[in-house]
Amino acid sequence: MFPVNELKRSLLVSIWFAFLTFPIMVIKVDPIERIVTWRWDNMFFVAIGSFVLSILVKVYFVRKERRAGSKKAQTALTEPFVHRILREPRFLYPLCLACLAFAILFPHLFSAYQTNIMTTALMYVVLGLGLNIVVGVAGLLDLGYVAFYAVGAYSYALLNMHFGLGFWIVLPIGGLLAAFVGVLLGFPVLRLRGDYLAIVTLGFGEIIRLILENWNDFSQGPSGIANISRPGLFGIDLSFSASINYIYYLVVGLVIFTIFVVNRLQSSRLGRAWLALREDEIACQAMGIDKTRTKLIAFSLGAFWAGLVGVIFAAKTTFVNPASFTFLESAIILSIVVLGGMGSIVGVILGALTLILLPEYLRALAEYRMLAFGGILVVMMIFKPEGLISNVRRSYQFKKLPSSESE
Amino acid sequence: MSEAILNVTNLTMNFGGIRALDSVNIDIYPGEIVALIGPNGAGKTTFFNCLTGIYTPSSGEIRLRNPETGKETRLNGMKPNRITEKGMARTFQNIRLFANMSVLENVMIGRHCRTHSLIFGAIFRNPATRKEEREIIDTSYKILKKVKLHKQVNEQAKNLSYGAQRRLEIARALATEPFLLLLDEPAAGMNPKETEALVSLIRLICSEGHSILLIEHDMKLVMSLSDRIFVMDYGKKIAQGTPEEVRSNPAVIKAYLGEDVDA
Repeated sequence: MFPVNELKRSLLVSIWFAFLTFPIMVIKVDPIERIVTWRWDNMFFVAIGSFVLSILVKVYFVRKERRAGSKKAQTALTEPFVHRILREPRFLYPLCLACLAFAILFPHLFSAYQTNIMTTALMYVVLGLGLNIVVGVAGLLDLGYVAFYAVGAYSYALLNMHFGLGFWIVLPIGGLLAAFVGVLLGFPVLRLRGDYLAIVTLGFGEIIRLILENWNDFSQGPSGIANISRPGLFGIDLSFSASINYIYYLVVGLVIFTIFVVNRLQSSRLGRAWLALREDEIACQAMGIDKTRTKLIAFSLGAFWAGLVGVIFAAKTTFVNPASFTFLESAIILSIVVLGGMGSIVGVILGALTLILLPEYLRALAEYRMLAFGGILVVMMIFKPEGLISNVRRSYQFKKLPSSESE
Repeated sequence: MSEAILNVTNLTMNFGGIRALDSVNIDIYPGEIVALIGPNGAGKTTFFNCLTGIYTPSSGEIRLRNPETGKETRLNGMKPNRITEKGMARTFQNIRLFANMSVLENVMIGRHCRTHSLIFGAIFRNPATRKEEREIIDTSYKILKKVKLHKQVNEQAKNLSYGAQRRLEIARALATEPFLLLLDEPAAGMNPKETEALVSLIRLICSEGHSILLIEHDMKLVMSLSDRIFVMDYGKKIAQGTPEEVRSNPAVIKAYLGEDVDA
């Protein structure tokens, strides 16, 4: 079943890897003792390991091709298990209820530390869903998303410091300010697509961070702003642990609100226009879609969510400084969207939980976090380029229509 | 004869030093099927792109007149989406469908410029939005039925056969409610049976009150379908008239078959 040719190629791969890793894995120089240790057994392990891996990859693709060849007629059956659950309301609703119950009970079942981590993860869920509008649905690759997050966080920090404004007043203001900045960024980059857009947005994200870092009179520079008030609850003074739970529930509420809104947006006239814009801009315009307006709405709506989460972030940590808004944050949020599945709400939620919770619970691997991150993304791109859970397009039934009854 | 719905005067388009269109004059009247023919590279598609706002013409006038309201608009420099709103829609020579969207959604996109709901409506789904959405789906379905694609509404556009994709492009353009429809080589790559179905579809669309301007290389189709024909070569209009007049025009024969060396 397996051609000799492929075996040969795998052998070549393993030799190549052994050669590549030779300097790191085999030679070990001890500068104090002035000894060079030759660890030939490591080379052997690398060779075996890469040989097995490359064979596994090949087998996977061979089987995948065979499946695609033989089962073309049975597309309904090969439809992913998750999609079938998502399509059936009788599975979907109990599942949602179970998730909701778990979310509500979470702080009572686990420690304050766990609750805190969960809050962070849920904040990333909202960030991911927000970026999903821009990248996943409208297809505009935005690498500077963290800038809007920073705008939200700093608008609460500054308004709180200078004017003593409370959390609930600033929450919408922060969102709207971020949306406004989104429009500001949107205007100059409207004619750009793909890589060019990515570069400009990347630059934009850095500009915002550098402004915050260097404009001392405005943002207190790298030392940041401390003592930001926590969100109030009708003037009741909350204890430390109660306030952790309070923020947790607040974020849960925000997640539910975001899912609701994003879901409705996606299946609306506007959502369709975004999808079409991702597919073909010229055809879109020829069909009467205002490219400028549709793109700007996508940008500002995506930024709006980042602004909201930014305000909550500032309120949660009670301290903001520019170091929280580096490019790495943008990269993580983008990875959430890509890993989860572009345009898919469930996928993004799953992606956020995976990417934020896994590193927390795998502290032992902390040193290799970035390596694992890159590795996971590469593996995903090879085996499942559409993400963990790809988007399900809505299908329409026409049994009830009077016009189709004559058929 | 009633007034022209499309009036193009002295349309010129330069790309650097190359003159792709040279003072082209064309009129189209309500209810007509007009064909634009010419050898490859004659500037036909450039002409379409100028009309629909993808290019801004270097000089000349394009005027569109709505036959119902009688309102006249100058199209030079207008954005493509505004031109579509004014009532002129097009299809593309190289098919430009939204490949990963369903057949129905493709047509629903065409309804975009005739509907209005935005963020507010999307989030709150108020009765007006729901009604509009219903209207979009119903109209789109009716149009799909007209082009005989109503059995494949949930199919992805990229999975359709070539001829079906061409018909879907026409359906999508029709969804914008144009009074003038521009078809860029609608029969390219179709087999004779599909072409036949296309001819009757174009006749049907015309009989429903849409005027049609089409670019086509299939001479049988052009001669049997069009009321009038314009012939272009090297960016210039070299002939116009009924199919019979054009067929016997020496300039046209020269453009297509080359000059007789002995003459």
